[in-house]
Amino acid sequence: MSGARRVAVLKGGRSMEREVSLRSGANVEAALRRLGHDVIPVDADPSLVRTLRAERPEVVFVAMHGKGGEDGTVQELLEILDIPYTGSGVQACARAMDKVIAKAVFANAGIATPPAFAFGESAFRELGAADALMEIEARLGLPLVVKPARQGSALGISVAREPNDVPRALMTALSFDDHVLIERFVRGREIAVSVLGTEEPEALPAVEALLSGEFYDFEARYTPGMTELVAPADLGPDLAGEVARTALACYAAMGCRGFGRVDMLIDDDERIWVLEINPIPGMTDTSLLPKAALAAGLSLDDVVARVLADAALGG
Amino acid sequence: MNDIKGASTPDRTVPRDPSRFEDRFAARAMGIKSSAMRDLMSLSERPEIISLAGGFPDTDSFPAEVYEEVWRAVANDHRASSLQYGPTEGLLELRQAICRLMAEDRMAAQPDGVLVTAGGQQAIALALRTFIDPGDIVIAEGPTYPGAVPTLTTYQARVIHIPLDAHGMSIDLLEDQLDRLAAQGQKPKLIYTIPNFHNPGGVTMARHRRERLVALAAERDVLIVEDNPYGPVRYEGESLPSLWELDGGAGGVIYLSTFSKILAPGMRIGWVAAPAPILRKMNLGKQAVDLCSSTMSQRFIVEYLRRVDWRDHVARLNAIYRSRRDAMLAALDQHFPHEATWTRPEGGLFVWATLPEYIDTGELLARAIERHQVAFVPGEAAFLDGQGRNSMRLNFSGAREDVLAEGVARIGAAIEAMIDLQRALGGGR
Repeated sequence: MSGARRVAVLKGGRSMEREVSLRSGANVEAALRRLGHDVIPVDADPSLVRTLRAERPEVVFVAMHGKGGEDGTVQELLEILDIPYTGSGVQACARAMDKVIAKAVFANAGIATPPAFAFGESAFRELGAADALMEIEARLGLPLVVKPARQGSALGISVAREPNDVPRALMTALSFDDHVLIERFVRGREIAVSVLGTEEPEALPAVEALLSGEFYDFEARYTPGMTELVAPADLGPDLAGEVARTALACYAAMGCRGFGRVDMLIDDDERIWVLEINPIPGMTDTSLLPKAALAAGLSLDDVVARVLADAALGG
Repeated sequence: MNDIKGASTPDRTVPRDPSRFEDRFAARAMGIKSSAMRDLMSLSERPEIISLAGGFPDTDSFPAEVYEEVWRAVANDHRASSLQYGPTEGLLELRQAICRLMAEDRMAAQPDGVLVTAGGQQAIALALRTFIDPGDIVIAEGPTYPGAVPTLTTYQARVIHIPLDAHGMSIDLLEDQLDRLAAQGQKPKLIYTIPNFHNPGGVTMARHRRERLVALAAERDVLIVEDNPYGPVRYEGESLPSLWELDGGAGGVIYLSTFSKILAPGMRIGWVAAPAPILRKMNLGKQAVDLCSSTMSQRFIVEYLRRVDWRDHVARLNAIYRSRRDAMLAALDQHFPHEATWTRPEGGLFVWATLPEYIDTGELLARAIERHQVAFVPGEAAFLDGQGRNSMRLNFSGAREDVLAEGVARIGAAIEAMIDLQRALGGGR
């Protein structure tokens, strides 16, 4: 790496994952300082453009999660301002953030995802989509997972075990986004595979989340000690290779850059079901990517250095 | 690049997991969980959001010249001592002033029966610290003060909520509960109650209930913790006797109050009045936590009370709050659905609203922040057992009348959207 750079770390913003992002951002800043860079912490607010113009960073490390920061919005701004930034470009972010579009991208690449239907709030309010719920249940089978299309950290996700649970689950998901996904529930091991790199991306060892509760929800994700993360996951060489290949296929299909994390389930038949790809994986103390990196012998500093080296415009 | 730092730089070649000590957290720390709700609430501080979530007294109305004069007196006359440690129990002059203040409300207390604390919050924490072992039973109103929830969690209390109605805690239900516990050979350690202008409930305990509560607690030999941060913030109706007064020095009540509402919360000064043996233990507890409360703040309050009739300031605040409360109640009438109910407080800072059961106010909050730029405290925050999911706390002290009206209108719109959606989803079966 070629010496110190002036790096703005974008964090916070006003997405529902603001607090998570502030924690990711703080870790990234600390790593960048240890690496000897000149760090400008920036909480993304309405003066963002003015701040960036005034501070003139050489490069921006985007440590934002959720709407605004992970969906291509901030990336588009950085394109306009002509400042290279870390992570995926506008298109990849926009596609990855929307679980409905991501599913289509994966399907086109021959990657298995649980079957699902997607709806907007208006379909229920204006077109009587609720009348089709029975068909959906018949086609997908129960239980169903209902999730907001564009939301991270498992916010607004719930499992409907009986037909009567579905409206309740829809109310919940629609509180977090006006588009929702009704997906077949796959029982299986929760696996996350992080990917580093751009030209020749590398899959880091898989991490398994062993849950004390029912599923990997917000509390389980961010309460230290609530979920045991096993890195590397105990998968055996064949399955480990397969999840790595799947993650790389997702990463390539989505057109990701720098880093990313693919969340998947492995069912009892050892079939892999991809749930989503996160173009800006969490970098908090309880996050999955830092665990995966450690399992590969990489420190957070190493990860941050590599992601920064891949910062670019376009894509 | 690291070379320039020299040989003393610790070896960073072996990456360490920053979360490696997590499995060693104490049980009391594990009880406090990360919550999506808490993270959501932090969004309410964004400038574009109208927040009815805070509990902020109005500090703008504190007169600048008084502020300056008092600080000048502290600086001129008490420079060294206000920068020094003070006694754990608090400055004698402040404790004397507190006793005078209590006497104005017909409460008898002696300076050596008072412990100055870092706000009312510390008073609650010290009371729990002194009495509660993991699993001990605490009776609290349902809802209870949201700020007491993490404290009760920390001390691992088993909290039993007694429902509130328009006249405060239901003493009938309390009695039933005490009977049930007694039948199992159990007894609560404490009854924690906020009789005046309940936060978040917005209601005031009726006089006959106060009398019954004190009598019942005495009969069952259960200690009452009376939390009275809002007592003087009354802008309607008659002031009622405190539980401390009704107890008449029998030693059945720990009384907690604060200068946060009658002066300013930035002082972080509150107090406890309690029977001597209890106070001694709480004093030792406080020593262990912070040695003493800010001497500077204590001195400020002493000098303030010496110069100004605090009731003038409170009267000024009360006039502001009354007008804001009226604005909020009018807006609620106009913008909340007819199935909703809410309290009509005679004082304090909060209204408690309850919505149709199918509306989860945590979800409503997500929708309200994201699509309507408005925030409130979801009711769940005021319970330890997951109740309150269709209720919310609305603060009216912290915003101007027009802003309150707009905020309530926005929440009304978010509720309307959820009702529509519920109707649409319910139609499927």
